[in-house]
Amino acid sequence: MADSNYVYDVLVVGGGNAALCAAITARRAGASVLVLECATKDFRGGNSRHTRDIRYMHRAATDFVISAYDEEEFWRDLLGVTGGATNEHLARLTIRESETLGDWMPANGVRWQKPLRGTLHLTRSNLFMLGGGKAMMNAYYDTAAKLGVELHYETEVRELKISDGDFLSAEAACNGRIGTIAAKAIVVASGGFEANIPWLKEYWGEAAENFVIRGTPHNQGTMLKQLLQHGAKPVGDPRGCHAVALDARAPKFDGGIVTRLDSVPFGIVVNKKVKRFYDEGEDFWPKRYAIWGKLIAEQPEQIAYSIIDSKALPHFMPSVFPPIEAGSIAELARAFEIDPNALVSVVDEYNRSAKGGRFDPGTLDECRSEGLDPPKSHWARPIDTPPYYGYPLRPGITFTYLGVAVNEQARVVMQDDRPGKNIFAAGEVMAGNILGRGYLAGFGLTIGSVFGRIAGREAARHAGF
Amino acid sequence: MPDFDLVKDGARQMTICNACRYCEGYCAVFPAMEQRRTFNKADLTYLANLCFDCRDCYYACQYAPPHEFGVNVPKLMSELRADTYREFTWPAIMSGLFNRNALAVTAITVASILIVLALVLLFQGSDLLFATHLGEGTFYRVVPFVAMTVPPSLIAIYGLVIFVVGALRFWRETQGPVAALVNPAALWRATKDAFGLAYMKGGGAGCNYPAEQFSRARMWHHHLVFYGFLLDFAATSIAAFYDHFLGWQAPYPYFSAPVVLGTTGGIGLIVGTVGLLYLKWISDRAPADSSMFGMDVAFLALLFLTSFTGLLLLALRETSAMGTLLVIHLGVVAGLFITLPYGKFAHVVYRYAALVRYSIEQLRAETHSS
Repeated sequence: MADSNYVYDVLVVGGGNAALCAAITARRAGASVLVLECATKDFRGGNSRHTRDIRYMHRAATDFVISAYDEEEFWRDLLGVTGGATNEHLARLTIRESETLGDWMPANGVRWQKPLRGTLHLTRSNLFMLGGGKAMMNAYYDTAAKLGVELHYETEVRELKISDGDFLSAEAACNGRIGTIAAKAIVVASGGFEANIPWLKEYWGEAAENFVIRGTPHNQGTMLKQLLQHGAKPVGDPRGCHAVALDARAPKFDGGIVTRLDSVPFGIVVNKKVKRFYDEGEDFWPKRYAIWGKLIAEQPEQIAYSIIDSKALPHFMPSVFPPIEAGSIAELARAFEIDPNALVSVVDEYNRSAKGGRFDPGTLDECRSEGLDPPKSHWARPIDTPPYYGYPLRPGITFTYLGVAVNEQARVVMQDDRPGKNIFAAGEVMAGNILGRGYLAGFGLTIGSVFGRIAGREAARHAGF
Repeated sequence: MPDFDLVKDGARQMTICNACRYCEGYCAVFPAMEQRRTFNKADLTYLANLCFDCRDCYYACQYAPPHEFGVNVPKLMSELRADTYREFTWPAIMSGLFNRNALAVTAITVASILIVLALVLLFQGSDLLFATHLGEGTFYRVVPFVAMTVPPSLIAIYGLVIFVVGALRFWRETQGPVAALVNPAALWRATKDAFGLAYMKGGGAGCNYPAEQFSRARMWHHHLVFYGFLLDFAATSIAAFYDHFLGWQAPYPYFSAPVVLGTTGGIGLIVGTVGLLYLKWISDRAPADSSMFGMDVAFLALLFLTSFTGLLLLALRETSAMGTLLVIHLGVVAGLFITLPYGKFAHVVYRYAALVRYSIEQLRAETHSS
């Protein structure tokens, strides 16, 4: 535990991408930096350990991206997914500042991966970290240690002493001991509250019990709540969370990427009452997977079943749990403990409506249902080739949108719209300023990296560096 | 006997990797895995022998222990490779030598030294052994020409036969028609990857060896061992040529080809093996398999002893210690070659076969996508 008599220049709360970008930047500026990470060393890095790629602006192709991705295209993409729920000033700042990440990250130990054929669809706009997010975090921790950043694992900051927008000290717990840490400035980079089920229940009711949390169990939102209680101005829909369809057999926390399921567009999805409830083939899966979490959250017991036949199997990425296999639809229903007769008749009705049109998984094809409610707009082939397969689905929460307002210096803005003196925020805890709704692949890391660096720089500057 | 639990767990871990694919830039294992959806024993045997144990994927893995998925690919692959070596060796009764490999290798080497010593004492007598010999053909005065050439040739041929049998069985098991081996492009690519240790480069990052930091130390030391071994092999071949075809008998002058190549190779082997043993000693054991660990140490130690006794023999060949050193050196070399098919050297054969298979698959995929 840090010595309570020692005053650090910069205290960083959190141990993910934004926290380490802030710590490295502040330390390079000359400040003494203390990082407090809640997790053990093995699970350090918050949700960043599950990431894969980062979106960044670039004016030309490089060894790692196949063509330019300029500010306007980036901005249009962001506007498209948020539907305007963004702060254009901060968003454009993020986009412009992202340009230097392609060099800054390797300068701090991160390695890029050359585009490979196969799974990568984002080779124009995104850089892929060699080895993924955990490898990136390993590099950052290594760099931070070499620079002399002080770091403590398994140390949870519980309370902040803030007086009129002025951070005084933090109370942290480690191995059952409580200590007080004073610092000239604080960077809060400790994520959202998506792992805090009681808090989610405030908006989602009992349904939240059945949510799977894709990332770290440590994102309890303790710091977010502290900042809001001390008068920080909130941004983002408190009910809002990025929710995808996951394999229901996924672990409650930290299942990461492998529990996602891409089978939905190639079959039908029914709920516990054996009713279809949404157009499974509305659009390409990468554009639709993030609405299915909410859809399933609204179903009885927050569970649904993706039903496909053996024709569908080669068309989507394998997932971590093998599908439930059955020789007949009724047998599949029994395996899921849903009504077999009902499932047989739902599949029959669907099959009658699936009247052809050429099937092409690469396009929004003409293979659609006729007279079905809800319809299936594309890829509607009959489910008629045994063996049949099924996956149970649950809502999987990636992150929450509620955060604290910040200005272009990453200073937390108070409810009277005045920025706090020495309180900075970066990463998920403030991403809602820029990404108020929807999601762009690799953009969470962009916000975290850009605002992490800004927060680190400004916190060090506040401390006199 | 294949370990069914290991195969089951291997399939489980590969299914997780195949749904993640974050490590695909590190080496050949992951792109090869992506060509499959399910993993039977043959697939796992292939993937395991494609793995160079660089361990990059272990430290990058969000599912590594203590995560409940417990993904530990380097350890899994090492265990599967140990199984490969056991399973494809010949005759089957000898597969037991892989189980306590360090002990077996030590016992065989000590026995070899003692047998050479006993034969020399029996047929040549101790006077010859401890005398100082000078001039051409001195080694043959201690160990006669026939004794020095015939048994090693037999041992070498025996080893070669076992590896050819093993390689063919491996090839068939991993579902490759023998005709597919006639593929110059694939053979060239595999040879390039093998000689350059392409998959100890971790996609540019190096190995996470001996621990979490990236390093090229293992690759360079392995190069020293491998090329040192080749230089020594070249030295021996040239010496044999001199002897059989030109009638020049050892010992050769200090600046002759066999001595220069042999000494360079020997120094490479000593530095390389000591380096690899040191790295292994301090390495993180979490991604390691204990049975492979013993096998590695035994083979490295034997390579070290071979070059060390060889160089010592060179240095002291004009003293009365020559006879004793020659006996020890020949005994160690005999031990090395007798255990060659039943120890870590096997990785050369199966890994090369796996690289050839990988090159065939990749060339096929490249043709499809272009």
